[in-house]
Amino acid sequence: MDESARAFSQRRPNSRRRPVGSHGPKLVRLLFAVCCLLPSALFAQDWVKTGTSLGVEKVRLAVPDFKPTTADPQNAALLKTFNDTLWNDLDVSGVVELVSKSFYPLQVPGQPTEVNSLAWNAPPPNAAMLAFGNLGVAAGRLTVQGWLYDVKNTQSPQVLGKQYGDAASDAAARVMAHKFADEIIFRLGGGITGIAETQVYFVSDRTGHKEIWAMDYDGSNQHQLTHSGSTSLSPRVSPDGSRVAFSALTKTDWEIMMYSIDLNRTVNFPHLGGTNLSPAWSGDGTKLAFSSSRGGEPQTQIYVSDVSGGNLHRLTTDKGPNVSPVWNRKTNAQIAFVSGRTGLPQIYTMEADGTNQQRMTDQGYAVSPNWAPNGQFLAFAWVRKYGPGEPGALDLYLMDIASKQFVQLTHDGGRNDSPSWSPDGRHIVFQSNRSGSLQIWTMLADGTKVQQLTFTGHNTQPNWSWK
Amino acid sequence: MKWFLLIIALSALLTLGACGKKATPPPPPPPPAPPAPTASLAVSPNSIQAGQSASLTWQTTNATDVSIDGIGAVQPNGSQSVSPTDSTTYHLVAKGTGGSQEATARLTVTQPPPPPPAPAPTVADQDLFSQNIKDVYFDYDKSDVRADQQSSVQADVAFLNQHANINLTVEGHCDERGSTEYNLALGDQRASAVKNALTAGGISAGRIKTISYGKEKPFCTESNEACWQQNRRGHLVYQK
Repeated sequence: MDESARAFSQRRPNSRRRPVGSHGPKLVRLLFAVCCLLPSALFAQDWVKTGTSLGVEKVRLAVPDFKPTTADPQNAALLKTFNDTLWNDLDVSGVVELVSKSFYPLQVPGQPTEVNSLAWNAPPPNAAMLAFGNLGVAAGRLTVQGWLYDVKNTQSPQVLGKQYGDAASDAAARVMAHKFADEIIFRLGGGITGIAETQVYFVSDRTGHKEIWAMDYDGSNQHQLTHSGSTSLSPRVSPDGSRVAFSALTKTDWEIMMYSIDLNRTVNFPHLGGTNLSPAWSGDGTKLAFSSSRGGEPQTQIYVSDVSGGNLHRLTTDKGPNVSPVWNRKTNAQIAFVSGRTGLPQIYTMEADGTNQQRMTDQGYAVSPNWAPNGQFLAFAWVRKYGPGEPGALDLYLMDIASKQFVQLTHDGGRNDSPSWSPDGRHIVFQSNRSGSLQIWTMLADGTKVQQLTFTGHNTQPNWSWK
Repeated sequence: MKWFLLIIALSALLTLGACGKKATPPPPPPPPAPPAPTASLAVSPNSIQAGQSASLTWQTTNATDVSIDGIGAVQPNGSQSVSPTDSTTYHLVAKGTGGSQEATARLTVTQPPPPPPAPAPTVADQDLFSQNIKDVYFDYDKSDVRADQQSSVQADVAFLNQHANINLTVEGHCDERGSTEYNLALGDQRASAVKNALTAGGISAGRIKTISYGKEKPFCTESNEACWQQNRRGHLVYQK
């Protein structure tokens, strides 16, 4: 989101035909351009049609299934895994518009020599880009070749050519698809690194206890990390991905705990006494902010310590509860948090030393702030029209911090909570009970491309890795 | 005459030699036989309830070495208090130069009739606690003890003042609305508010622990106000 420093209010939503490579990061800015130009409409109704369809054409990308190169019996299953994973990665990326497979020519290429640009760059596919390749298993080794062609440029069509090799396995096929998808997204999405290899940490009760779990960003490879048999909540992965801080119920208290991804076990973090909740990493990975009622404090307050628990100091003194801090990960100089100091919980920001506390939300019930990677936006959960006679759905909102302009991201009823940004700033993972039980979902930061990731047990408090 | 005497003597010798046994001298009188030891062992009473004791009494005479199985060497005469848990046969052996003598006495131990005398006192405390202690209920998103809950607090204070040996934990609970983290913080404040109300009534803070369960352990799982009110509470729990 490097370009987002420009004031979005100066942008027009009908500016069009941006060059290839700059569409993706415009999504969120565009969203806000709409709200700035139409503030009355925005505040008058919840359902505002916003998003990429209003002004920007995304790159039309055709992705025919990769072709088998060997007759190995493993081929069919790995080919399906690879093709499904690649398609999904590109589909949810928000960067491209995938051309429906029903428009594809009968002959699809598996090699550069088989590409007939004319068959792709004209209707019906009318594709600007073509991703294709082949996959084969030989002697237990999986090899994938993939290319990205600019089929409108018949002179020099190749944008990208990649080859991957590894021991043949479903996981390897998945990783190769993620890597190739990220290469395409990097080139078509304005040079922003894709997220296909990122992780989501979350809480699941599928063992009968709430434990910390992890999964790939697309919901595959779900696995349990903690085995405390108690209640573990609020996982937050460190910026370098080596540790997960969380809060767990011990025999006497809620304490901040630390899990090492490298060691696959819980490592030491001092027990502070009282109720200790909602840890949050600073963007440079050197500090933790969290909520604590240590020392017999009747209210929970925001504290900051270094990552070993030392240099503990308190930032808030107002009436509580004060909870759910999150750092501005771009500057490491501000913290957003939730406070009930005036009654119903509201979102506040402050400097990282506790000064300059500012209330961001003006009404309702607002919780679970999460700071966008570009430092400009907060995502949070809000019952905006809280009060007697109101249905009181908890929906996700996005707020521009400088102007306090906001836009509603979810509209589908149910309780939506715990938003967490993807590292590329294009996606949000969250929890919702819209399917009838609490599950984890993802969407683009404009509210589109909603996908359910979990289906077993109750799954909550997702936290997206930093890279 | 000499020869005559010699013959007499020889014949006499022969005669005497033939009847030598009749001629042995009388044996010395035997020493007086040592008196055999005597022993008696008695237990009084001979039937007790487990936990009670009985008196074991013994007398011996002419014994140098007296022991009772399970007790060991004892004085020749004595008594001792015993309180076995099961019926026991005491076996005394008295040994002396005149022999040994044994004596036995049996003590029957009956098990006490079960509860009536003494049920464990903590159980009674716990029952009293649950019969008398009242939970404190809260308004939505609030952690101050509301006016209609003061009578519950006063009842709790009165009970805890009368039972100074009882400690407790106050659990803070919340309804299902709102975020997990905010509700845990709110539950913490509710538990603290109840603790503060109790200490204001004179209960020592050292007797009261607090813990928040937020919305993690609801009493009631329906999504309506009646159920939510059940879950917005400070729940007082007996601590051993």
